[in-house]
Amino acid sequence: MSEAPKPPAELAPWEREPAAPQWQEAADDPVALALGEALGEALVSARTFAGDLTLEVRREAFRSACAALKERHDFTLLVDLCGVDFPKREERFEVVVHLYSFSANRRVRVKTAVGEGGEVPSLVPVYPAANWPERETWDMFGIRFADHPDLTRILLWEGFNGHPLRKDFPVEGIDTGAAIYPEYYEARQGPIAGTGTGWKVKNPPAAAPESGPEEKK
Amino acid sequence: MNGNAPTGEPLFGLREMELNFGPQHPATHGVMRLKLKVDGERIVDCYPIIGYLHRGTEKLFELHPFFQNVPHTDRLDYVAAATNNLAYVGAVEKLVGLVVPPRARYIRVILAELQRISSHLVWLATHAIDIGAMTPFFYCFRERELILDLFEQYCGARLTLNSMRPGGQPYDLPQGWVERCGEFIAEFPAKVDEYEDLLTENRIWKRRTVGIGVLPPETAIAYGVTGPMLRGSGVDWDLRKALPYEAYGEVEFDVPVFHNCDTYDRYLVRIEEMRQSARIIRQCLDRLPDGPIMAKRPRVLKAAAATEAYHAVEGPKGELGFYIVGDGSTNPYRCHVRPTSFMNLQALPEMSRGALISDLVALIGTVDIVLGEIDR
Amino acid sequence: MTGEPEVVTTTYEKLYNWARRSSLWPMQFGLACCAIEMMAVLDPRHDMSRFGAEVFRSTPRQSDLMIVSGTVTEKMAPVIRRLWDQMPEPKWAIAMGACATCGGPYRTYAVTQGVDRVIPVDVYIPGCPPRPEALIWGLLHLQRKIDRTRSRPVAVGR
Repeated sequence: MSEAPKPPAELAPWEREPAAPQWQEAADDPVALALGEALGEALVSARTFAGDLTLEVRREAFRSACAALKERHDFTLLVDLCGVDFPKREERFEVVVHLYSFSANRRVRVKTAVGEGGEVPSLVPVYPAANWPERETWDMFGIRFADHPDLTRILLWEGFNGHPLRKDFPVEGIDTGAAIYPEYYEARQGPIAGTGTGWKVKNPPAAAPESGPEEKK
Repeated sequence: MNGNAPTGEPLFGLREMELNFGPQHPATHGVMRLKLKVDGERIVDCYPIIGYLHRGTEKLFELHPFFQNVPHTDRLDYVAAATNNLAYVGAVEKLVGLVVPPRARYIRVILAELQRISSHLVWLATHAIDIGAMTPFFYCFRERELILDLFEQYCGARLTLNSMRPGGQPYDLPQGWVERCGEFIAEFPAKVDEYEDLLTENRIWKRRTVGIGVLPPETAIAYGVTGPMLRGSGVDWDLRKALPYEAYGEVEFDVPVFHNCDTYDRYLVRIEEMRQSARIIRQCLDRLPDGPIMAKRPRVLKAAAATEAYHAVEGPKGELGFYIVGDGSTNPYRCHVRPTSFMNLQALPEMSRGALISDLVALIGTVDIVLGEIDR
Repeated sequence: MTGEPEVVTTTYEKLYNWARRSSLWPMQFGLACCAIEMMAVLDPRHDMSRFGAEVFRSTPRQSDLMIVSGTVTEKMAPVIRRLWDQMPEPKWAIAMGACATCGGPYRTYAVTQGVDRVIPVDVYIPGCPPRPEALIWGLLHLQRKIDRTRSRPVAVGR
């Protein structure tokens, strides 16, 4: 660079240090105002960050808040539903749902806090799209959703021990039980010997089970 | 009802059978399992079981700094890696407040549109071969090899590109890349005509796709479906036009919308999208600005505490978004993927009720699922 | 043309090995990203049918090569084992890619660290994903391995 550095006023936005966005109160946003009237105390806060309106509501009012947004403000598309774990907080989980309105062309984020063992009213009666994301949130965090038609594990298997995306779950896993068909992993020594390519178990387990697949003739 | 069998049951009553469309199946496009309840050949109900490719990506995101997560995003929707990169780096930039220089934005649009064409080519090849047409597979992969060559010349990888960073692009375009890309784009619309010659007016193709898998727009929106599936149902919505990002606000293109809500219309949507992508790339190549490719950013990128951002892009399959929560450190505190195919697949049981088992194969193809994205 | 009969002499072993390795029928078993590169090996540029391995069978009962392409998760591992058991002898397995070899970039709670914890593997192909040329290299490597096989009657009823 042989030129002199440009004065700050002439720098383009990508040549300046990035200016992090700040949280701003959004009390005068029409959607926040209308929801505040409808919910009263249950609307805990309404703020904006980087242009996204974020509404925090109480757990019991979660479904009614989303239903109000859908019926009165045309937020008909459920974009996403997920959970976040803040172990240091009293109510450690947060359920975050993003909704989109075609007519207003905007997204809104609705959050609610729930503690361990608590239940969040399910959004499935309002948005059928919430079915699988809620199952995933149950699977990954252990957050129960009341009135969900089929709250079972979706990405992991029944019998998996733990909820992986919690902060106290190690990434390598705890002893979760190898697989859902234990007979294939009896000795936990890996592949079973005698499969026709001459490969044999190097250190056969000391107390090998009497009946195993390799014993059957 | 023709009378009763000796045991007293009606002879031709409803007999449902449970059929497993297993995790290993040529038509499931990956490891997905469907539990079907069938009455003869007609499907009464369909229950997808996923998770056979769950790799713990969202947990891994929390362990690495922001720029180190870009290769992990490649492997989510593995046929459209640049789209995942684009969504992720866009979310990080929104979180941190980075502004991307114009040249980088145009390069990103070119890569994303090339990736859209590549993903639609894989879709067409596999959809057609599932329905029984083998020829489009070889034709589509022939063109796709040319696109993968362009990617390889740019970032060194064919499939898992790692081609974007928060703040801009890691590499500038190599010498001659713009000309080579221009040559590919000049010949590509003729190739799309070739595919259309094979399929669009083909009687067998029409019998297999017209009227199959009707998804009315209200049902589609209720199930969170986005992308070509929504546009094939008559909803004119494309994130590139509705909430433009990168350089999409500065290029002209049309968004194809068809109104019959069936598999054939979704096929037409994607074919037309390929042509429109070629048009976008042509404009970007012509207008590529000079300048830096990376914003000025701190050496160690940190997000402020208690911040969160959601950014979505229009991927080949629909809306792909990333929701990132920052906690003041170099790693994301939580990085959740809004997976396109996960939401689209929820509509499959709706679409498949009453269909034949062979129609189910066409339906799985038209939903265009990628298990890496569904299972993460 | 001299009018004399044309005769070829070889051993049964060489003949069987040549026949087996020149017509390997892979099972269509794509799990993840490597599956896309496996599909790319079939395209006109890389053309796996030059090596006799074009016929991808959907069912394990008609195939003799399992190319495990992609991440093996704990949920999928017993399925892979069952498919391997359903394949008739002689059979071979190629672990394609870093995930099938050793778990790849995923050292997590749900990923089996290598498919060789579940089935015996003959050839490992590194890469993430390996280029189609690398898969062809692995296939040729397996063909050379098959050529070295001592042929003898295989025990039945295991």
